[in-house]
Formats: sequence, structure tokens, C-alpha cells
Amino acid sequence: MTLWWIGDVMLLVVVVPVVVYLLNGVLTTARSIVPSVRRIATVAQAGSKDLDATALLLTTQDQVAQTVAGVANYGGSLDVILDDAEEA
Amino acid sequence: MPAAGVVLLATVVLIVLALVYYLVSTILALREITNGLDDVIAGVGEILEKSAPVNAVVNDINANLDAGVDLLEGLLVKKAGLHDALGLVDGLYPGAAAAGFRRFPESATITPPRIGEVYTKGTLTLARLGREAPIALANPAGPVLRNVEGGSLAARLLYPEGRQERPENLPRSPVIGADAPTQYEQREDVGQPRKRLPGR
Repeated sequence: MTLWWIGDVMLLVVVVPVVVYLLNGVLTTARSIVPSVRRIATVAQAGSKDLDATALLLTTQDQVAQTVAGVANYGGSLDVILDDAEEA
Repeated sequence: MPAAGVVLLATVVLIVLALVYYLVSTILALREITNGLDDVIAGVGEILEKSAPVNAVVNDINANLDAGVDLLEGLLVKKAGLHDALGLVDGLYPGAAAAGFRRFPESATITPPRIGEVYTKGTLTLARLGREAPIALANPAGPVLRNVEGGSLAARLLYPEGRQERPENLPRSPVIGADAPTQYEQREDVGQPRKRLPGR
């Protein structure tokens, strides 16, 4: 009978606190992850919205190509109009 | 049942209850995390989708710009010569010649001549007049030739003195009309009947 009581006391004093402590640690850690994940999701959505302007890169690409073509035309004209540098 | 057995049973029930509470709470937190990660994956997927063509487009833009730079550098060097081209660039943008031309690696080792030694005064003046040219704002030889904020008549000073001279008092424009102090064409037949009709 004494061993039964000793077992009960050990269960109450040692096992229960340890189990509660460990489970509480797991729960606290899991709950602490939730706000971080929410912030990451917000940042990911904001980042996705920031990239909406990437479609305009296609316009930039066309504009740059046209500009360089115009520069090439002007350069060709200047090449015809201006004399070359004299050889040193 | 002995009292010790009852206490044991109650303790086990207590442990089970604690397990249930904490594990259910953990499951709920993990579900929230899963939902949040789903949102993250959706957002990251959008980012990947939107940024996929960026690399090719930017490379194409860079290739076009490289071609433009090569074209302009080549034209400048062809027309002015490498030595003078460096002086011209360095005169307009002080210090820029240190990096040299990209298409002409040897240009980085050349000491750029002063633009005034390379080009005539007229060309230098034109360069100073450039609205964007730094030399127009800070001319080491004296005041700027052009007030970039509001000056417009300063360009007149660039021409030889003879072309600027003007009479101090220009003759006034003649006053005409019936009340004019000087009547031109003072002919008595003006206003009189014609002596001879046209066509006869």
C-alpha cells in the first residue's frame, strides 16, 4: 500500500508537472508561429502587388528598342554629315 | 477500491485531460499555421509568375542599351578621335574620362586633354551653353557664360563686338495720316477730279 501512495505522489508531483510543462511549451511555440506566418503572408501579397508593374517592362523593352533604333538613325546621319577624325 | 487506487485513477484522468487540452490547442494553432502558409504559397506563386519574364526582358533591354552605348561611343571616337573624345567627355562631365570608354578599354589609360586645348573657342562655348553641362554651372575660368536659370541675352556677348553695335537712336517711324506733321506726296491734284479718265 505504501508503494501505491509513493507512486501516486510521484505521479502528481513529478509526472503531471512535467507533462503539463512540455505540452505548454509545444502549444506556446505553435501559437508563436501563427503571427509570423500571417506577417509572411502579408509581405508575400504586398510583394506580389509590387510586381504588378513588371508588365510595364514589356513597354520599356519596346521603348528602349525604338530609342536605340532612333539613336542609330541619328548616328548614321551624323556619320554621313560629319567628317571623321584625322588619323594621328 | 483502496484510496490509493482512487488517487491514482484521478491523477491519470487529470493527465489525460491536460493532454487533451494542450493537444487540441496545438492542433488548432497548427491549422492556423497551415492556412497562413497557404496564403504565403499563393503570394509566392504570384511573385514567381510575375517575375518569370523579368530576366529575359531586362537582358534584352540591357543588350539594346549596350548597343546604343557602343554606337554612340564608336561614333564619338570615329568623329573626334579617341584622345579628343575623352577630352570632350571629361570637359562636359569632369572625372568621367577616368573610367574610359567601355568599348575602348585602352581609353582608361589615356590622360584626357583639356577641352579648351582640343576644340576651338566656339565649340567650348557651345558646350558651356549646354543647359545640362556641369561646366555651364561651374566654369573654373570665371563666371558662367550663360545664366541657366533666366539669362537669354548673354549669348549676344559671345559674338564679336562689331555685330552687337547698334545705333543709340534709331530714326523714328514716320507719322502718316491727314493730321501728320509732315504730309507726303503734297500734290495739288490729289483729291481733284481726274483730268483724263482711264481708258480714253
